[in-house]
Amino acid sequence: MSEDMTPSETTHINDTEITPEIVAEHGLKPDEYEKVVAHMGRTPNMTELGVFSVMWSEHCSYKSSRKWLKKLPVSGPQVIQGPGENAGVIDIGDGDAAVFKMESHNHPSFIEPYQGAATGVGGIMRDVFTMGARPVANMNALRFGDPSHPKTRHLVAGVVHGIGGYGNCMGVPTVGGEVNFDSCYNGNILVNAMCVGLARTDKIFYAAATGIGAPVVYVGSKTGRDGIHGATMASAEFDDASEEKRPTVQVGDPFTEKLLLEACQELMASDAIIAIQDMGAAGLTSSSVEMADKGGVGIELNLDKVPCRETHMTGYEMLLSESQERMLMVLKPGREPEAEAIFLRWGLDFAVVGTLTDTGRMVVHHEGRMIADMPLGPLADGAPEYDRPFTPTPPALPAPQIDTAHADETDISEALKTLMGCSEIASRRWIYEQYDSMVMGDTLAGPGGDAALVRVHGTKKALAISTDVNPRYCLAQPIEGGKQAVAEAYRNISATGATPLAITNCLNFGNPERPEIMGQFVECLEGMGAACEALDFPVVSGNVSLYNETNGQGINPTPAIGGVGLIKDFEKAVGNAFTQADQYIFVLGATKGHLGCSLFQRFVMQDDTIYAPPSVDLDLERKHGEFVRDMIDNGLVSAVHDVSDGGLLVALAEMCLSNHIGCHIEDDNTMGFWFGEDQSRYVLVGADADKIIAQANASGLAVTYLGKTGGAELTIAQRIHISVEELHDIHENWLPDYMKTV
Amino acid sequence: MQASVIVFPGSNCDRDVAVCLEAATGKKPNMVWHGDSDLPDSDVIVLPGGFSYGDYLRCGSMAANSPIMKEVVLKAQKGAAVLGICNGFQVLTECGLLPGVLMRNAALNFVCRNTHLVINNNSTPFTGQYQQGEEVVIPVAHNEGNYFADDATLDELAGEGRIVLSYAPDDNPNGACKNIAGICDASGRVLGMMPHPERRAETALGGEDGKRIFTGLVEALS
Repeated sequence: MSEDMTPSETTHINDTEITPEIVAEHGLKPDEYEKVVAHMGRTPNMTELGVFSVMWSEHCSYKSSRKWLKKLPVSGPQVIQGPGENAGVIDIGDGDAAVFKMESHNHPSFIEPYQGAATGVGGIMRDVFTMGARPVANMNALRFGDPSHPKTRHLVAGVVHGIGGYGNCMGVPTVGGEVNFDSCYNGNILVNAMCVGLARTDKIFYAAATGIGAPVVYVGSKTGRDGIHGATMASAEFDDASEEKRPTVQVGDPFTEKLLLEACQELMASDAIIAIQDMGAAGLTSSSVEMADKGGVGIELNLDKVPCRETHMTGYEMLLSESQERMLMVLKPGREPEAEAIFLRWGLDFAVVGTLTDTGRMVVHHEGRMIADMPLGPLADGAPEYDRPFTPTPPALPAPQIDTAHADETDISEALKTLMGCSEIASRRWIYEQYDSMVMGDTLAGPGGDAALVRVHGTKKALAISTDVNPRYCLAQPIEGGKQAVAEAYRNISATGATPLAITNCLNFGNPERPEIMGQFVECLEGMGAACEALDFPVVSGNVSLYNETNGQGINPTPAIGGVGLIKDFEKAVGNAFTQADQYIFVLGATKGHLGCSLFQRFVMQDDTIYAPPSVDLDLERKHGEFVRDMIDNGLVSAVHDVSDGGLLVALAEMCLSNHIGCHIEDDNTMGFWFGEDQSRYVLVGADADKIIAQANASGLAVTYLGKTGGAELTIAQRIHISVEELHDIHENWLPDYMKTV
Repeated sequence: MQASVIVFPGSNCDRDVAVCLEAATGKKPNMVWHGDSDLPDSDVIVLPGGFSYGDYLRCGSMAANSPIMKEVVLKAQKGAAVLGICNGFQVLTECGLLPGVLMRNAALNFVCRNTHLVINNNSTPFTGQYQQGEEVVIPVAHNEGNYFADDATLDELAGEGRIVLSYAPDDNPNGACKNIAGICDASGRVLGMMPHPERRAETALGGEDGKRIFTGLVEALS
């Protein structure tokens, strides 16, 4: 492109004076700005300041979290690509790879729920197909405010419509997820979207750009003024004026993304691409900086070539726009015509917008002038890494002791009904029926199970996918909460018969500049790291979302975990519903009756005190997981369900619902036994009780016999009778009834 | 039997239906690009589910005006069987091969779930392997499946046995008139249906109720 330049174009333009106010508006602290000036060797102009500000935003630079993320286990024989690329990649045998990542779109979704959620889904799918994978499953982890908060209903409806609107059009099934309601999210909902794709291990595409002189190509949608400074917005706290930021929310076009997916897949079948990077947060800026920096080269861009949706866009706007459905690629020189033909056939823009250089700098031209000239190293990696002060979370109160005497029958029935119809356990059918969960014809188990199962097309293999975290546990005792989130993903995957392989995460926290919030972050990661290590369940990708606060009120720490596992023969997989009568029901793992942080405490006792959550014995967790997978592999069980929120009786009730098969539990027990949330437990159901007991004994594990399946009621000790039909209705009705109310 | 699947840029069930067609016929269907104006000779032409051109305008209305649809209409007039599934049904109403219109679901939400269907007419080439009056389970996934036509048209459809598939009376997912899930033209050789038979054509996916649409076509047209 050097022929486009005039010889006189050697100095940068600097037409606006950079004042401390302008620096502050860009979200840079005064000392950070000093560093920018030092790296530049001069005062940056507005465009350069804008570029630095987004690259150094918390969202792009991980400046508060990097120190701690480095401590997470990220390797293992199954890992092909760990954190640092667009998505993580794991080996699933036979030359197949699973490619996945989870990402937040919290702030935009609160401001404009439909577009915020939709573009979150679009962004995460782009991260996955950029790596050469075809997306095969979407998941989402959503946290809304209290159901009684006046905005909650509107946000639920908008977010669900947005997720469906995007994923359904793309033709990628949304196969599961999780939803919580809690007043801590009243002013700051969480929308975490996960995408899993499949690729061949020898056809993975990376972002590192190489080849001096190679063309830099822009494909996809045109650039508009939407989303400018989205990354900066995602890195600031909210206040009442935040809704004025609506113009910084991007607008999604799933049809264009579908075209982009197909065109990229077509081009990826050739060997024309050297490197590819999606334009997500901080758009053209971050994609070009990341590609060039990872490849150790320089990059020169000519913005006159960028396809624009609007006229008179400035260079500043083009560089910072977060318009969706765009990709940047480096092609092998001379391959532009074949690539262009593919993109034009799919009706997409294609433009050579720059070249790779050997300067190690990013140089940008617009309208015949050089508008930016910056060193790449400091842009990509030079953001200050903060070792923010943190205070340990004080120990939580010991868990409450509920009287251990046998509760009377009304108490147990009423408690079970309360829990089955509470906001945390009630059926999510109203939500997931708005998502196409079956397109692509490989969804073996969709929403509603412990983990979703998606077949690797044309094989006997299936991926098991689950998203998990209990933010209340994380609030009370972040280390245990962090452990539990990973352990629960491990448990949910194991409950289907699949072997857990790796996780992605989406770490949602409050303002890291407050030591107690930073303490939550550090401790949650400590627990997560320990669990990943103990369970051979490494982290391969992830995302950090800080500053989830409104008017100084932080959210509960919410490190959402997205786990992926593999079952080699999906015909062996089991579900979590009773399949027939007269089968024997056991619980694996000790039931001590831990009620601290339980849903029983919250909804039945209606006690908001923060007591200690149940702790996780990681060694036992692993043994239990291996045992359960072994039992499934040997065909000794017909249904398995992990015992989590709500405890054992809720787990049993849930197992009755899908096929309307009840159960008879033999013995009375305490409230703690029925509703305690002790960890590492599974309900196992099978036809041969002796074998189940013998296998457990042989493994040195404790299984407790509970009773048998059958009938139309859940009964306990022939004393308590609860109709499955009634449980079903209570469970099904809460969410639709709630959404109907005005 | 040779099948062709029309591929619009936003089709997303084209591969799924191709899998079922290949399983039933033993050979790969032609995948025909929307911008083409040549349609290879085919015994059955499938308009698959998806979002043809994004469907930001009325669903299927742009697709109905695509170059390939002129050929589809011509081939249909010459007697080729045409199966429109979901978005394909919407395209068939928009291009005039079938009467009526598919409005937005009554509940104003996208709906994806299994539905219970009744086979009202097993004398079409699509439904020959079902019993008359048989109840089957096939899933739907759509935002605009609420079939509407004026009373005269509805009476005509009912009177001529052209309401080939209807939702079980207590299982109408979208508010469609007369619980209509699928209708055919006067010749019986053009069928539009909202449910997705390709999604329930093997036991691993929950059942095989949809498979007989494809195996039935092979039996009827070979």
